[in-house]
Amino acid sequence: MTTTTDTLVPFAAAVQRYEPLIGLETHVELGTRTKMFCGCLTTFGAEPNSQVCPVCLGLPGSLPVVNRMAIEYTIRIGLALNCSIATWCRFARKNYFYPDMPKNFQISQYDEPLCTDGWLDVAVGMRTIRVRIERVHLEEDTGKSLHVGGATGRIHGAEYSLVDYNRAGIPLVEIVTKPIEGTGADAPVAARAYVTELRDLLRSLSVSDVRMEEGSLRCDVNTSLAPRGAGHWGTRTETKNVNSLRSVERAVRFEIERQAAMLDSGGRVILQTRHLHEDTGTTTPGRSKEEAQDYRYFPEPDLVPVAPPAEWVEQIRAALPELPSARRARLQAEWDLSEADMTALSNAGALDLVAETVAAGASPADARKWWLGELARRANEAGTEPADLAITPAQVARIAELVSAGTLNDRLAREVIDAVLAGAGSPDEVVAARGLAVVSDEAALTTAIDEAIAANPDVVAKIRDGKVAAVGVLVGAVMKATRGKANAARVRELILKRLT
Amino acid sequence: MELTRMTAAELSAALAKSEVSATEVTQAHLDRIAAVDDRVHAFLHIAADSALAQATAVDKRRKTGEQLAPLAGVPVAVKDVFTTIGLPTTCGSRILDGWHPPYDATITQRLKQAGAIIIGKTNMDEFAMGSSTENSAFGPSRNPWDLARVPGGSSGGSAAAVAAYEAPLAIGTDTGGSIRQPAAVCGIVGTKPTYGGSSRYGVVAFASSLDTPGPFGRTVLDAALLHEAISGHDPMDSTSIDAPVPPVVAAAREADVSGMRIGVVTDLSGDGYQPGVLFRFGEAVELLESLGAKVTEVSCPHFKYALPAYYLIAPSEASSNLARFDAMRYGLRVGDDGRRDAEEVMALTRAEGFGAEVKRRIILGTYALSSGYYDAYYGKAQKVRTLIIRDFDAAFGQVDVLVSPATPTTAFPLGERADDPMAMYLADLCTIPSDLAGNAAISVPCGLAAEDGLPVGLQVMAPAMADDRLYRVAAAAEAALAGRWGQPLLASAKGLGG
Repeated sequence: MTTTTDTLVPFAAAVQRYEPLIGLETHVELGTRTKMFCGCLTTFGAEPNSQVCPVCLGLPGSLPVVNRMAIEYTIRIGLALNCSIATWCRFARKNYFYPDMPKNFQISQYDEPLCTDGWLDVAVGMRTIRVRIERVHLEEDTGKSLHVGGATGRIHGAEYSLVDYNRAGIPLVEIVTKPIEGTGADAPVAARAYVTELRDLLRSLSVSDVRMEEGSLRCDVNTSLAPRGAGHWGTRTETKNVNSLRSVERAVRFEIERQAAMLDSGGRVILQTRHLHEDTGTTTPGRSKEEAQDYRYFPEPDLVPVAPPAEWVEQIRAALPELPSARRARLQAEWDLSEADMTALSNAGALDLVAETVAAGASPADARKWWLGELARRANEAGTEPADLAITPAQVARIAELVSAGTLNDRLAREVIDAVLAGAGSPDEVVAARGLAVVSDEAALTTAIDEAIAANPDVVAKIRDGKVAAVGVLVGAVMKATRGKANAARVRELILKRLT
Repeated sequence: MELTRMTAAELSAALAKSEVSATEVTQAHLDRIAAVDDRVHAFLHIAADSALAQATAVDKRRKTGEQLAPLAGVPVAVKDVFTTIGLPTTCGSRILDGWHPPYDATITQRLKQAGAIIIGKTNMDEFAMGSSTENSAFGPSRNPWDLARVPGGSSGGSAAAVAAYEAPLAIGTDTGGSIRQPAAVCGIVGTKPTYGGSSRYGVVAFASSLDTPGPFGRTVLDAALLHEAISGHDPMDSTSIDAPVPPVVAAAREADVSGMRIGVVTDLSGDGYQPGVLFRFGEAVELLESLGAKVTEVSCPHFKYALPAYYLIAPSEASSNLARFDAMRYGLRVGDDGRRDAEEVMALTRAEGFGAEVKRRIILGTYALSSGYYDAYYGKAQKVRTLIIRDFDAAFGQVDVLVSPATPTTAFPLGERADDPMAMYLADLCTIPSDLAGNAAISVPCGLAAEDGLPVGLQVMAPAMADDRLYRVAAAAEAALAGRWGQPLLASAKGLGG
């Protein structure tokens, strides 16, 4: 546990008095087969230091050669984010010393990024925010340090450190937003929504596996506050180590609460880097940016400029897949949903599941009903995402089909879902093995109805007096007798026919 | 004829006809090294075992009747800045003491493929920073003409090895003149090919935008043979030029300057130039004119800013290139006592591992790249570089090649400039412009200065990828001068007793 002594202002109060300004820098490891400047593989989880060579180890004399596929992926991202693609740009060296940097400089891009000036529309609640993208540039990842011993897990105070250079030289794209204004109390949600939208976009582009838990998508979140109506912006902090969607939201929220308390007490926010602690959702200061090092950027002399020909860029543009926003618009029309329904579906992370369920034959209404209802509840109970449940969209489609055919009622369908989730097999196997089909044999129903009528003369009298609502008691009795396997609507119909 | 006195071309012919074996040639040179290198100190590592093993392999291949490359069986000394599997690579620095690279430089590979015998690794100024080899952490090399004088630098070991008949050929690198200047003061031939014409892969970087590997030989033809063997496109080096190698060997054999337009750079003469150097240079120009060249004077007004621009650009790149020597992965490690943290160990290692000149340039470069100073120093220097390129472009619009002295003075005594960096830097006054422009240049001996009897170099400069012109002019001058002297100039070198 990391304790914090920061004073906080409750969130609602903070955003009432202060206007938050947020900005995000997102690092995405590209899914190229080989590294940015050498031929080493990029496979995640390999034996430490097994995917290295003189180039990515920065051995004396080695030289980088640009991976063309990484350039193409970056252009793809730039185009999908509505950016301008540079006709000529260069790599630059960012100089600083750190043991996981093989050359003690990182090959990056500085004042000549590959893509600039784009935007991404993000749904926040019921409105759409246009997040402006300042730049998308390409660089190499560093190695990964493991600091052993010490209290913080950081290099200072560690007993010793281990470095895995497998990650060194993996192509990394940095996507930087312009400051996002006007989100107000929605700032934390907007930050999360942006990263979510960006993640979905990147996934649809097949440029990265965008797994935050594996570090292939990492965020730095900038937050600042200014008193409402102040007409200027406040000093920002940059929260690093933000490695889940939930953390993006928490990081912004915590910084708003913390900075509001500082400003309330007449203090000032210091331009600094802060670290987010996943366990507490709090941030603690890293190094102060005011005394930050000078990276001494200069054009990388070992590489020639990158000048993507216009026809190549156009080929890449023409080959872009359907992007998430376009797909959502298309599905919304196809499924005849309201904006709110569609947003709910996206926010629940169920859009792809519903689409696949519909593709497997279910009606959009049924698919939505099961994924947003029963299955969302199961996922929530299990503390996981609907997509991670042990049931496939095809199986959900089959259950919906069994229900509309009258083979299952909703209660039986829930029982089937339980069994499928428990690994008991496909819906058809579960129905067969447990005899879960609805009783539709009229003779068996008639017997049960006769018994119910005979056992409840008072209820029968009420119904005959016109109090039709009382029929529920008889239906309940029949359902109990058939252990729930009867079609309740049919039972009701048969009883009323007998008594009226 | 004594094997060590033969040129590479002569050895190549004798080897091809099996008049002599690669093993005999290699052994003869190893014997010569054993006899004189304690006085010359051209080598940091003598590769006796691997050289003899390579020679045996070449002899075996030749016996099977295989057609071998021209340099098969010919010894080559390699500057200790090229990575070599099986041999240490120190760059003349303590910080790399004991490092055995796990990979071969492209040029090392090409030499091996050509069957050339890598006879050892030569001494150099630490990380190629210097003009005398006095900045080597392992002691200076000495000039075979006069052991009390420097052999030039930074590739001084390579130049001294060739001048002392320890190897017929050697490889060096030229960043500000580090091939041509030592070639000039040792009385041999040295070429800086076009930047990008020879691969930098496996050359431990000093200044990436300037570093250019190139050949040393005792004759122009020898230098051309080695030039051709090491050149050509390398996909491992992004700055490598993907074009055919200029026909340097053919040009060296033709040695014909009739009708060529030769421009004398008026800006590379005058104050600071030794009279004997200017005299021999003037003589060489007259000689070329007598051979049918059309000589004119050409002004390159921005050359006077080349030296200061170079001393901003090269140290800037060096400050970044040398950052990797941090004790974490290879080489020297100082102060790792289990209590000090990584940052302290890095600092202690760099404090102890780098020499004074390297530290001076790292500090200079770090300053020049600093925020707030970048535009005034590094940025301005790059603009000067552009102006120098334009000077060359304008000059090459009028003439085919430019000529100047290769150095302002002959070899200076050991210790004379060791404590005066500015005086040391001036040794590269004539050679730096071609490095900044990335074009091609050669130094060829053009006589002895009257004052001190030491060799003078004639520098010929040609446009990028017109390296063949260098050899055409240098070979013509060489032939005409040999006729005048009656013997190779180097035969007058008395440092090792003749």
